[in-house]
Amino acid sequence: MSEPRMRTESYNLYYGDFQALKDISVDIPENQVTAIIGPSGCGKSTFLRSFNRMNELIPSVRTTGRVLLDGRNIFDLDVVELRKNIGMVFQRPNPFPKSIFDNVAYGPRIHGTRDRDRLAEIVESSIRSAALWDEVKDDLGKSGLSLSGGQQQRLCIARALAVKPEVILMDEPASALDPVATLKIEELITALKKDYTIVIVTHNMQQAARVSDFTAFLLTDEQRAGNLIEFGPTKAIFTTPRDKRTEDYISGRFG
Amino acid sequence: MTRKNTVETVMKYVLLVSALTSITIVLMIGIFTLKEGMPAFREIGLGDLLTRTTWRPGQEQYGILAMIVGSGLVTVGAVVLGVPLALGSAIFLAEIAPQKVKAFVKPSIELLAGIPSVVYGLFGMVVLVPLVRKIPAPGNSGYGLLAASVVLAIMILPTIASVSENAIRNVPRSFREGSLAMGATRWETIRKVVLPSARSGILSAVVLGLGRALGETIAMIMVIGNSVVMPAATGGNPLTIFLSRARTLTGNIAVEIAYATGIHANALFATGVVLFVLIMLVNSSARFLISNRSYK
Amino acid sequence: MTAFLCSLGFRRFRQSFAYGVLWTAATVSVAIMLFVVGYVIVRGFSDITLDFFTTSPRGGLSGEGGIYSTIVTTLYLVLVTIVIATPLGVGAAVFLVEYAQHIKSGAIQKLVSVARFGVETLAGVPSIIFGLFGYALFVTALNLGFSIIAAALAGVCLVIPVVIRTTEEALKSVPDSYREGSLSLGASRWETIRKVILPSALPGITTGVILSVGRIVSETAIFYVTLGGSYRTPTSLMSSGRTMALHVYYLAMETRAFDKAMATGAVLVALIVLLNLIINSVSKKLSAE
Repeated sequence: MSEPRMRTESYNLYYGDFQALKDISVDIPENQVTAIIGPSGCGKSTFLRSFNRMNELIPSVRTTGRVLLDGRNIFDLDVVELRKNIGMVFQRPNPFPKSIFDNVAYGPRIHGTRDRDRLAEIVESSIRSAALWDEVKDDLGKSGLSLSGGQQQRLCIARALAVKPEVILMDEPASALDPVATLKIEELITALKKDYTIVIVTHNMQQAARVSDFTAFLLTDEQRAGNLIEFGPTKAIFTTPRDKRTEDYISGRFG
Repeated sequence: MTRKNTVETVMKYVLLVSALTSITIVLMIGIFTLKEGMPAFREIGLGDLLTRTTWRPGQEQYGILAMIVGSGLVTVGAVVLGVPLALGSAIFLAEIAPQKVKAFVKPSIELLAGIPSVVYGLFGMVVLVPLVRKIPAPGNSGYGLLAASVVLAIMILPTIASVSENAIRNVPRSFREGSLAMGATRWETIRKVVLPSARSGILSAVVLGLGRALGETIAMIMVIGNSVVMPAATGGNPLTIFLSRARTLTGNIAVEIAYATGIHANALFATGVVLFVLIMLVNSSARFLISNRSYK
Repeated sequence: MTAFLCSLGFRRFRQSFAYGVLWTAATVSVAIMLFVVGYVIVRGFSDITLDFFTTSPRGGLSGEGGIYSTIVTTLYLVLVTIVIATPLGVGAAVFLVEYAQHIKSGAIQKLVSVARFGVETLAGVPSIIFGLFGYALFVTALNLGFSIIAAALAGVCLVIPVVIRTTEEALKSVPDSYREGSLSLGASRWETIRKVILPSALPGITTGVILSVGRIVSETAIFYVTLGGSYRTPTSLMSSGRTMALHVYYLAMETRAFDKAMATGAVLVALIVLLNLIINSVSKKLSAE
């Protein structure tokens, strides 16, 4: 395995006095899909939001330990620069109340691309990569909010791709979608991993098994802080878990 | 990226400064009115200012008790006339109005809130004052506390109605369902469950209306007669006190400030300070009532 | 007797009685509105001609002439007030909603709570106090005299809390997912505000501005002590003048020209109705989205 794209080292996170994540060390390998699984409330979304420092939006949050991107501590980086390199897709599709074109062009414009032709190029290639082009190519001026839920989520993926990130974080990207739209998103994730490193939070174990190469299993301890129980290749986690708790969780869910 | 960060920091402080505009205005108002009013407190004395009833700028007599009583009485009159109507309308809108009726009543009350006070004053002069004049009583000119109270009641009605309607509508549905499920009628539910739960909200709506009433200026000048006299009943009936002419604290300032000089002007600023303190007392009691709601 | 009072029939009767009282209260409120508005409109518009809008008051004791110059003064005053109050008020609201909670410095947190206290207090100050203050500071101390600029600055004090509060509400109703989406793309907070949040909050902010316009158009007490009351058409920010509302006051109180006052009042009421309609259509558009 090559050098990991991202890594956390003894990472702890507190909401005020309450510790939500405890001593988590994980390597996120390049051009692979890493799934974070665990029961509700184990801190998997919080953990995901640590990779692009979105937790800083909550005033009471405090962290210790390190999170590295290509070997550099992300807390030493400019947060804007960091988020440019790490895209994020949210649980509920959240397109801006702007046209499809402007949604995707938003990021490049923020980062200084003004040239119209260049923007049009980026928008087209991003929407194509998000497997949405054929459905919207004639309606780029329509509001992003007019699309269906699944299309909105792919628009949000296109929006994230348009700033050319290295890593994409996905927070239960299909949980608000129907099965057909979910399948499309899963296919898309598999297609994207040759160009991007992907970290996905999911509560759906089959989904983790289908799309991910590596899996991290989080569980709360007695103090309700999220701990990393096991991390490894998805195949190993699902077939020969080393930890009894992983086995219980997986078999319990699979029935 | 550094340019981006510079813009970010600059904007943050620019916005912080604009956020401080309001408190700056409040402080400046406080400082200016106090500074200008101070000589009056010093030379006339706070006690004399507040307890004397004669206001004769020509003879250096500055007592504002008559105006305090005038403001107080007209406010009481407005509350007595306006509050039942406002609360009735609020309960009606929140609880029993059919959708179609509501769609007409609510905007009507909102419109009432938007009508300029000078128009209410004019309406009072042209319609109400001649009506009041018909009441047979010695010295009744039509202008006075009664006409002013009616005008003011109409003016505070929409505020009280819409704020208390909100309070009533915010009572959780489960409260109503619990009561109805036990076989209470809709009205019993409203009276015994909904209104008590909304009590502090309704109270603060009334206090808000009180603040409005104390602060109203132009409409009062137009119908209250503006004489600086201690309001008094003329006959055996104590209610005839409302036929008396009066002047409000607000009217005192507005009518005289433009030509007042020296200690006279200072006395008017002192009137402003007294008015400000009165309204702050009323408003902070409103805030107190609202913040107490959570303990219920 | 107790049995009777508890009987379902009596309880139903009591409910009908109470409902009757409530219907009456609402009917009376609506009747008052219809009577006041109807009276002013019908009596006021009965002798309005186009001349009324295009000629200026001629002064003197008869209250002759139209309201042209008062319309100009009103527009002038509204414009100056809004131009000053809107950026300040929107800026304040943006800070209070978007920045305040993300600043860790204790000193700035103190400033924030002081700023909030300022907004609340200002909203409760009666307008004559703004007039008194405006007279003391702008008219007298700053030597601006009775003028549009002095009156506008006093008017700003009146409408700033209105702009701040409506903008705050509008900003709070913008979903957090917009903020997260934009920040996750590497936008700074200010870029997020300017490009995503303010455009989404625009209808709400517009409502606040229109409300403020209504307040300035309706306000009389402040301008009675800061604007001077000249019936001539203003030529500059330093001109004295009278707004339509102020004109109603002068006509009624000084010249006793009630018909002209009523006509001007009718125009004012019509204007307020129009502003209300605009606000309603904006907020309908808001809830439709």
